[in-house]
Amino acid sequence: MAKIQLNGRKITVDIKFSIFNLLKKYKIDSKKVAVELNNKIINKNKYKSTYLKSKDKIEIVHFIGGG
Amino acid sequence: MKKDLFTVAGKKLNSRLIVGTGKYKNFKETAEAVKSSGADMVTVAVRRVNILDKKKPLLMDYLNPRKIIYLPNTAGCFNSNEALRTLRLAREMGGWKIVKLEVLGDKKTLYPNMIETLSATKVLVKEGFKVLVYCSDDPLLAKELEHEGASAIMPLASPIGSGLGIQNKVNLSIIINQSKVPVIVDAGIGTASDATVAMEMGCQGVLVNSAIAKAKNPILMAESFKHAVKAGRKSFLAKRMEKIYYGIASSPTEGLI
Repeated sequence: MAKIQLNGRKITVDIKFSIFNLLKKYKIDSKKVAVELNNKIINKNKYKSTYLKSKDKIEIVHFIGGG
Repeated sequence: MKKDLFTVAGKKLNSRLIVGTGKYKNFKETAEAVKSSGADMVTVAVRRVNILDKKKPLLMDYLNPRKIIYLPNTAGCFNSNEALRTLRLAREMGGWKIVKLEVLGDKKTLYPNMIETLSATKVLVKEGFKVLVYCSDDPLLAKELEHEGASAIMPLASPIGSGLGIQNKVNLSIIINQSKVPVIVDAGIGTASDATVAMEMGCQGVLVNSAIAKAKNPILMAESFKHAVKAGRKSFLAKRMEKIYYGIASSPTEGLI
């Protein structure tokens, strides 16, 4: 198990859990978001090969209404 | 008259009105107002996905980014690094290169921090972004932004969301006259006639959010802005009559009975 922080919330994921798995778990369409892992932007084609480990900080963002 | 297209950051737009997508009751109202405004570019903000509510509607489901140009902004950023982080994420989301930079300096007035704005502009231009920059109405700083490679200068008419209209016409005129890149008035527009005035003064475009979203009838106000911007632009192109400080009759005096 790995304890990570997702959008400011502490969550636990299985070992060998990738960003791709994470997006799937939360039903997030990868085309509509950008992902940052420990302050580094992760390229969309690296989602499957990037695994999460304890203490990782993940930010998933999208577009909302704004001026 | 040949088609008067608005070219900004290499994009050709039909409308000189750019609208914000914040402060609406819901996404349905946002989409209707955008449609009614005739705008082909809208500003959007970058925020965390709500991971607790998987069914929350998404802006993209209401405004198709393939049909309308998304202009990601950095609203809420108070320093250069936050703004850079936001826009790099926006670019990753779908290749957005045209962005609106907005670095705030004061929570109460939402006045821009021009020192941070300038330094962020430099970095973004270097990274290949086309940057439309929200700025104060200081002509020297506006010129500086242009030197740093800003694709458009976006001086405030008055504080963001204030609806006070154009408060410093002299400065705005100087900026319009000196700029070689488009000048788009951003922030402070309160009602449709403010947009007409900005366009008559020679602005290339107007960016409006609150004045539409906070009207009693946003859809109707959006339409009003569409016409107001067109009217102002045509008035500018037509070149107004000279001001004369005494009366000159419109009817001929010859043949008077």
